[in-house]
Amino acid sequence: MKLILKSRRATFRLTTISTPFTNRPTTIDPVLVKMSTTTQKKTFGKSTREVPHHSQKAKKWYPAEDEVAPKKVRKTIRASTPRSTLTPGAVLILLAGRFRGKRVILLKNLPQGVLLVTGPFKINGVPLRRVNARYVIATSQKVDIAGIEQKKLDEISGDKYFTADKAEKKKGEEAFFQQGEKPEKKKPSSSRAADQKAVDKALLSTIKKTPVLASYLASSFSLRKGDRPHEMVW
Amino acid sequence: MGDAEIKASSWRLVEVGRIVLIHGGDAAGKLATIVEIIDHKRALIDGPATDTKIAVPRQSIALAQLILTPLVLEKLPRGARTGVVKAQWEKAGIEAKWQESAWAKKRSQKEKRRALTDFERFKVMRLKKQAGFQVKTSLAKLKAAAK
Repeated sequence: MKLILKSRRATFRLTTISTPFTNRPTTIDPVLVKMSTTTQKKTFGKSTREVPHHSQKAKKWYPAEDEVAPKKVRKTIRASTPRSTLTPGAVLILLAGRFRGKRVILLKNLPQGVLLVTGPFKINGVPLRRVNARYVIATSQKVDIAGIEQKKLDEISGDKYFTADKAEKKKGEEAFFQQGEKPEKKKPSSSRAADQKAVDKALLSTIKKTPVLASYLASSFSLRKGDRPHEMVW
Repeated sequence: MGDAEIKASSWRLVEVGRIVLIHGGDAAGKLATIVEIIDHKRALIDGPATDTKIAVPRQSIALAQLILTPLVLEKLPRGARTGVVKAQWEKAGIEAKWQESAWAKKRSQKEKRRALTDFERFKVMRLKKQAGFQVKTSLAKLKAAAK
C-alpha cells in the first residue's frame, strides 16, 4: 500500500512551470553549461519555435524524496555577564568538582562564565584554577587582591595557559615493549608552581591581617542538619 | 477518707489581661494583651507599646495566631479601652519584663544568627568550640581537685 502511494506521489505532474531545477549545486561541466544556455530553433510543421535545451526545461516530475535542508541555527554567542556578587576578591564556595566544598578566592571573571580562582594553595590546597560560575556560591566576604601583579594575572587568564602540552606518544613496537614499565608520574610544572607562589604571596599577607580568615579559608563548607541554603545569608 | 488537697492549675489561660505573642500575620513577633474574649476561637487584643516596632493596633484575632506568655496584666478590666490598657501596660513594665525573659533573648539571638554571613557563622562556630573547651577543662580541674 505504501509503495503504491509513494509511486503515485512521484508521478504527480507539474502543471505550471516553476523555477527550473538548474539551481541545484552539481559538478559543473563546461560543455554542458554551454549547451544548456543555448536555445535551439526547431520547426514544427510550418512554424519554427525556440525550444530550450532539455536541461533547461522544468522537470516533469516532483522528486520522490524531499531534499534535506540543514536546520537554521537561531542561537547567537553572547558575552556572558557575571552575577553581581562575583566581583574579584570575593570568597567563593565551590560546589562541584574535585575541590567541592572548598572556600576559594575569585581572581578574575573570564569570558563565557568562567572564573579564575585560587585557594590560596598554601592554605587549602586549591591551585590556580578555572571554575564554572554556575557551580559556585559567592559569599559577602572580600579579600583585597590589589597586591597581585596585573601582568601575571593577565598571563594566567590567557587562552593557552591551562591547556596541557602533550608529550608525543611512542608508537608501534617501541610502545608495545614499554607496556611493562611503569608510566612516569605527572609532576606539576615548575613555571606553574612559580606563578602560584607569585599570586598567593600577596594574598597570604593580606589574609593574615584579618583574624580567623585563614582558618576560614582552610575549612570546607558543608550543609548541616536544618540548613536551608536558599534561605541563608552568604 | 483523708483530706484531698486541691491546687489550681498553673496553666497559662486565655484570659483578659494575658500578654500574648503574635505569630503569623502582619504583626508577627509582636506583643499584645487580650482585652476581651470574643468566642472560643477569637479574642480582641491591643498592644499599646511605646516602641512602634512592637506596638500592635487593637484588633480581633484568631487564638491560633497567638502564643500565651507567662505575663499577665492582673487588674485589667474586661473590654478596657486603649488608654487604660496603655496605662496598665506601662505600670507593669511589660516591655522590660519581656526583654529580660529567656524566651525573648532566645528569639532575638535566633534572628541575629539568621542574618549572619558565611564568615560570621564560621566565627560563631569557632567561639562556641572555644567556650565548650573552657567548660570542659575547668570541669576536669574541679573533678581532679575533688578527689
